[in-house]
Amino acid sequence: MPDAISRETVAKVARLARLNLSDAEVDRMTDQLAGMLEHFRDVDALDLSSVEPLTQPVPLSNVLRDDVVVPSLDRDEVFGSAPATQDGRFRVPPIVGFEE
Amino acid sequence: MKSSPRTAVDIANSVASGAMTASAVLEEHLAAIAARESEIHAFNLVTTDQARERAAQIDADAKAGKTVGRLAGVPIALKDNMCTRGVETTCSSKILAGWKPPYDATVVSRLAGEGAVFVGKTNLDEFAMGSSTENSAFGPTRNPLDTSRVPGGSSGGSAAAVAAGFAAASLGSDTGGSIRQPAALCGLVGVKPTYGVVSRYGLVAFGSSLDQIGPFTNTVADAALLMEVIAGHDPLDSTSLPQPAPSLTEVVTQDVRGMRIGRITDMPEGSSPDVLARLEAAFDALRAAGATVVDVQMPSMSYGLTAYYLVAPAEASSNLARFDGVRYGLRVDAKDLNSMYGATRAAGFGDEVKRRIMLGTYALSAGYYDAYYGKALKVRRLIADDFAKAYAKCDVILTPTSPTVAFKFGDKTANPLAMYLCDVFTIPTNLAGHAAMSVPFGTGEAGLPVGVQILAPALGEAPMFRAAAALERA
Repeated sequence: MPDAISRETVAKVARLARLNLSDAEVDRMTDQLAGMLEHFRDVDALDLSSVEPLTQPVPLSNVLRDDVVVPSLDRDEVFGSAPATQDGRFRVPPIVGFEE
Repeated sequence: MKSSPRTAVDIANSVASGAMTASAVLEEHLAAIAARESEIHAFNLVTTDQARERAAQIDADAKAGKTVGRLAGVPIALKDNMCTRGVETTCSSKILAGWKPPYDATVVSRLAGEGAVFVGKTNLDEFAMGSSTENSAFGPTRNPLDTSRVPGGSSGGSAAAVAAGFAAASLGSDTGGSIRQPAALCGLVGVKPTYGVVSRYGLVAFGSSLDQIGPFTNTVADAALLMEVIAGHDPLDSTSLPQPAPSLTEVVTQDVRGMRIGRITDMPEGSSPDVLARLEAAFDALRAAGATVVDVQMPSMSYGLTAYYLVAPAEASSNLARFDGVRYGLRVDAKDLNSMYGATRAAGFGDEVKRRIMLGTYALSAGYYDAYYGKALKVRRLIADDFAKAYAKCDVILTPTSPTVAFKFGDKTANPLAMYLCDVFTIPTNLAGHAAMSVPFGTGEAGLPVGVQILAPALGEAPMFRAAAALERA
């Protein structure tokens, strides 16, 4: 397994996960993740070279259904839960045009 | 006034036969809630008015001679990560506070279709991440048997609701033990069905390849009845197995003569002596009832914890990406979209959820995928292979459900790893997609209940319930 996780890596992962962490949270998270990843080294004792990964416990593939028209969710109910809507759409802040 | 029976089976029979009204049954449970809920905090929401309307409707139907369903008038509590149309569903997270889903989970419509009366939405560790309910954004649930102790988790509210008599049964969800461990700590029966047996449609996803919904009940027969109602193929869940619900209510009357019960000789260490003593007593009881105990090996079992705490956070980090302040729940306004995402998620998620999102995102990120997530999936295969070898020699396996009885508040909150170790016996089942259940079997330290876990292979619900019923009778 790789070397211990760095503070910089934790800050980068937080950006990937779209989580604004405070400096104190990044410090604490670095310690905690390092501790867990250290514990996870226990699997290094296993020879996994010839083991196939198991992604799904019960393999079903190409699950299809007939293309039948059925009522979908009520639009008013759906938009009623949204933080902001406009003209039958979800409204969000500007996507481009701002520096990081 | 005659007090209503305690089990779901008896309540449903009494209401269907006219011996009791659904309204009278409900009022007794509401009275129990009024008396103790402020101390226990099993619920995020008690739906008193809807429950009363529903009970009155069932009574009217019964009076008019209409069919009232297999769960007529049975008060049932739902874990607050199951969607209920128009009724707040929060996952005990600030990020979803106030959200009213526009649809019902499949399990909710199936229970309602059989006459169940929903009393409320129960507390959980935020997004089902935890083993004590201490991670709820709305405060912990207390164990009704000893309020200085946790009820277990993550479905702690659902367990406490049944243990305190607030509901005759409840539903929880189990990703790594979140039904079985609280069932053990509260002295109840708790079932984690085979992956794909119960629809996940409308269950807010945590680890999609691990999650299953299952019941908490006072008796094995009640659990069998609830399973028959909620299980079976659902076209709305693409991982739902294409087969009907297993027949279990007949199974619980059968004995265990001729059954082979597996005992793991290389079981992970760390269980307390009181728990191990009850496990031995369980083997003795099944042997006395005519079963044979055989030795099996599970060398990969102790590595399950590592595999799980990479796989589950990885899946969670993807699933929880949907909580972004756009379509539902909390939004913290910011100048642009990316800043809004980051600020909303920072304000909405609690510490444990952030920790797991970070761990999962890291395990899936470029450069680390093979070292962590890839390895975890290989360990997952080893566990499934070890189980396959074990089940060639036995029908079910017995282990402790939890290494200890219910622990005190704060005992494990300082160290995430100590909390994760609560799940060492329950996690392998989820990784393999198998069935398992916890059955109360006597008491340990401080007179608190001990749960024995019965593990079964995929679709092994019938032998699992046979063994459970035998332990209940012993």
